[in-house]
Amino acid sequence: MSDKPKFAMYWAASCGGCEIAVLNINEKILDFDANFEVVFWPVAMDAKYKDVEAMEDGSILLTLFNGGIRTDENEHIAKLLRRKSKLLVAFGSCANEGCVPGLANFSSIKDMVDTAYSTVSTDNPGNIRPLTSYDMPEGTIHIPTLNPTLKTLDQVVDVDYYMPGCPPESHQIAAVIDLVIQVLQGKAELPPKGSVIGAGPSTVCDECQRSRNVKTITSFKRIMMTEIDPDLCLLEQGIPCNGPATRSGCNARCPTAGAQCIGCYGPAEGVVDYGARLISAFASVIDATDPNEIDRILDGIPDPAGQFYRFNLAGSLLRSSKSAWEKEKA
Amino acid sequence: MTQHGETNPKSEERIGVYVCHCGTNIAGVVDVQGVAEWAASQLEHRGVVIGRDYKFMCSSLGQELIEKDIKELGLTRVVVAACSPHLHEATFRTACKNAGLNPYLCELVSIREQVSWVHTDKAMATAKSKAMISGGVERVIRHAPLEPLRVPIHPDTMVVGGGIAGIQSALEIADAGYHVYLVEREPSIGGHMAQFDKTFPTLDCSACILTPKMVQVGTHPNITMLTWSEVEKVDGFVGNFTVTVRKKARKIIEELCTGCGICQEKCPKKVIDDVYEAGLGYRKAVYTPFPQAVPKYPVMDVPNCTYFEKGTCKACEKFCPTNAIDFKQQDEILTLQVGAIVLATGYDLFDARRVTNYGYGRLPNVFTSLEFERLSNAAGPTNGNIVLRDGKTTPKSVGIVHCVGSRDRNFNNYCSVICCMQGLKFAHLVHERTGAIVYNFYIDMRTAYKAYDEFYQRVLEEGTLFVRGKVAEITDVARRPDEDGHLIVQVEDTLASKQRRIPVDMVILSTGLQPRYDAKETAKRFGLSCSADGWFIEKHPKLDPISTMTEGIYIAGCVQGPKDIPSSVAQGAAAAARVLGKIQQREISIEPVRASVNQDQCSGCRICNNLCPYNAISFVEDRAVSQVNAALCQGCGTCVAACPAGAISGTAFSNAQILAQIEGLMMLNLEEPVTA
Repeated sequence: MSDKPKFAMYWAASCGGCEIAVLNINEKILDFDANFEVVFWPVAMDAKYKDVEAMEDGSILLTLFNGGIRTDENEHIAKLLRRKSKLLVAFGSCANEGCVPGLANFSSIKDMVDTAYSTVSTDNPGNIRPLTSYDMPEGTIHIPTLNPTLKTLDQVVDVDYYMPGCPPESHQIAAVIDLVIQVLQGKAELPPKGSVIGAGPSTVCDECQRSRNVKTITSFKRIMMTEIDPDLCLLEQGIPCNGPATRSGCNARCPTAGAQCIGCYGPAEGVVDYGARLISAFASVIDATDPNEIDRILDGIPDPAGQFYRFNLAGSLLRSSKSAWEKEKA
Repeated sequence: MTQHGETNPKSEERIGVYVCHCGTNIAGVVDVQGVAEWAASQLEHRGVVIGRDYKFMCSSLGQELIEKDIKELGLTRVVVAACSPHLHEATFRTACKNAGLNPYLCELVSIREQVSWVHTDKAMATAKSKAMISGGVERVIRHAPLEPLRVPIHPDTMVVGGGIAGIQSALEIADAGYHVYLVEREPSIGGHMAQFDKTFPTLDCSACILTPKMVQVGTHPNITMLTWSEVEKVDGFVGNFTVTVRKKARKIIEELCTGCGICQEKCPKKVIDDVYEAGLGYRKAVYTPFPQAVPKYPVMDVPNCTYFEKGTCKACEKFCPTNAIDFKQQDEILTLQVGAIVLATGYDLFDARRVTNYGYGRLPNVFTSLEFERLSNAAGPTNGNIVLRDGKTTPKSVGIVHCVGSRDRNFNNYCSVICCMQGLKFAHLVHERTGAIVYNFYIDMRTAYKAYDEFYQRVLEEGTLFVRGKVAEITDVARRPDEDGHLIVQVEDTLASKQRRIPVDMVILSTGLQPRYDAKETAKRFGLSCSADGWFIEKHPKLDPISTMTEGIYIAGCVQGPKDIPSSVAQGAAAAARVLGKIQQREISIEPVRASVNQDQCSGCRICNNLCPYNAISFVEDRAVSQVNAALCQGCGTCVAACPAGAISGTAFSNAQILAQIEGLMMLNLEEPVTA
């Protein structure tokens, strides 16, 4: 056993992009290896839950937890790692605010499973559904059970730091690892508990170089259906860019490349409900008073839930729709 | 992330909850005593130390109750469950202040307007009152002591609109020793009153009582008259408005002009005067609208002037004895500083053409009320002879139709107030000057106010015939020989219960009043709001009919709603009194409920930039952030809601306060939370 500080990383309901982002820090990984002992990281090395359970409480210095809490297994590991870790970081959009898996909070489990197992794109002639327990000659085996809704990490356990992004930008990850190393060496101090780390204090607009004027929107357009002025604010051009409400930290990558910000860095500081903020902001700059004209303009956003809550539904004030929520109560 | 933070920190405050009976207004529906006791026991862990109910909290005894508790129990927060904050917020804030508590640490919960007046189920209403008080308690815990903002007041005033209301207002302020800019878009002040012949019910000569006031305005050392001028832009806030006025080019050098009238006399171009003469007479291309116009300087009607049209003529310049004509004169833009503004922009006449079944514009002998005013005016196009459209025939029978365009779902729902009396006045004048038979067609006769009904009696005694019923049609298509060559008024006589066809020579439509065609633009320019009808909205319909929701801007006369001359004069004077009251304070305190931009969180996305109804938001180019001018801001919250970054926050309406209030409403703050 080395005496290096211990590190863990876990994926709950997530896509794996966060893990890739960590590896994308390139040669920085060597600094990381020099300073940490990896004790648990399912995607990178073999480990058993019982090994973690055997660890002393608080023995892991830093745990990066990505993914939302969708199953009883996710919840169990979240609570386990909370106990074992000094610093638990909600890493990436899923753990912070639910992200795309959180959009399932609009549906009941049954609707969600039906969609997954019997849509036109699924070849399932026996109309088979997964069972959470199955009797085998050797005994009963279990797979994790779905919770009624997806929760964010801090809706389940206490979280020390929040690191947003889908996934977090590699340069931000590198900076955070640098910071932790400096703290270990006594050269820096940790930010106050509950802080957002690895991101900026304001919004994507702050990092966006496009020029901005007073906004009046007469129609919403999709990027593939319009010619985009390379220098002008996308929202002003009617492209529904979520940058104004989204936390800075990504160097405005998407708007710089000519695509609208979709909001993966989550709500800016001071934003309580990301989608509601954007809805009222967009509504405020619609340049029409005639109700029919307003309807026409709004029809330019065909999927409002996906536009405004793609990343934030589980972390929003409402968290889930009634159909999902009612089942949870029962 | 902040939204997941601790929602109910332990309250260190000492809170008093006061539940008002409002006589039986609240106590008739809500168990007020039960609610007060509930608050004291169930919200004790949230800091509530006393819950009381009282018959009239707003009475001096009720206020003393609160003051006493603040002093004796050391209250740090007060929640009053009573009527709407619009009514008594100031009362209870003052009570807190008297007892040494910052007035902004008081929260009003409206259990009258929002509970007892809108619910009948007593148990549910009581439960709702508890929830609302619970919300109020959570909110008041998060209140911060605030200090009102103090700003100095510029002593000059602007009055916009030179009709009788504006004239009265300007004179009152000027007589008190303060300077007034009186802006009027027509060439002369006087407004509609200058067009009338007689005023009801006294039958005073309108001009005789108005023109002395006009002259007073013209010669008053404290009044700067800006006629033929329009307000283009209003910036600033109460005490410190900056108004941009366009002084349209008269093409007359005012310093040289003596008002001799030779230019008008010599001008070869005749133009139909559809403003002052209501289209019944002519004026020249250089003109003063009427002989007693103030100021005396004429204006040149550029689109109709032969010189501007063809490049030759200049008759006026040739004959002007003082070389006062200046064809090259340009519009002037004036920037004026004033502390208060009185808007008295008046009304437009309802366009009677819209009631197509009355035939105005199609049937020559159907007249509007304003046309009749000019016909009967001794200084009018017919020298006061009441004649048909041919200009010579005196009518032998006249029908006067009331409520044209008013009290009619097809046009305006409201009553135009003056039309009944106007119709009676017309009846009297026709009777007196022509001896014709006069019919008045009315729905209801509305002759309230001093000496009005007596005038109605007088007209009745003069032999005018009254038909109660709404006129269906006015036509010239005769069905019977006696209708030949006449206008026929088709009406259901609801007193006789039968349809009647009454042939007359002349019909006068007692047309209603409606908001100026550009009232909405004017409202926007001055940061005011209009009702659905288009009349400017007063701060309180009963208790503050001349103030507006924008501090420092007052309304007087018909801009606020249809009214007669005495009411317009009274409002003009009342607005002046309010202005003078403000000026004499030298500085005023304004509500500290304001929006502010967190400059670190603002990314300058500019979404808020053109939303502010008070023009309080500006964009700082060099730092690329938006900012709110605290003195301009009225605390409406539009920008707070719109800011996508959550960088704008409203004092007393922070996210923390509102979310806590919601949690309180949902009773999540109780020791055993109520779950649905």
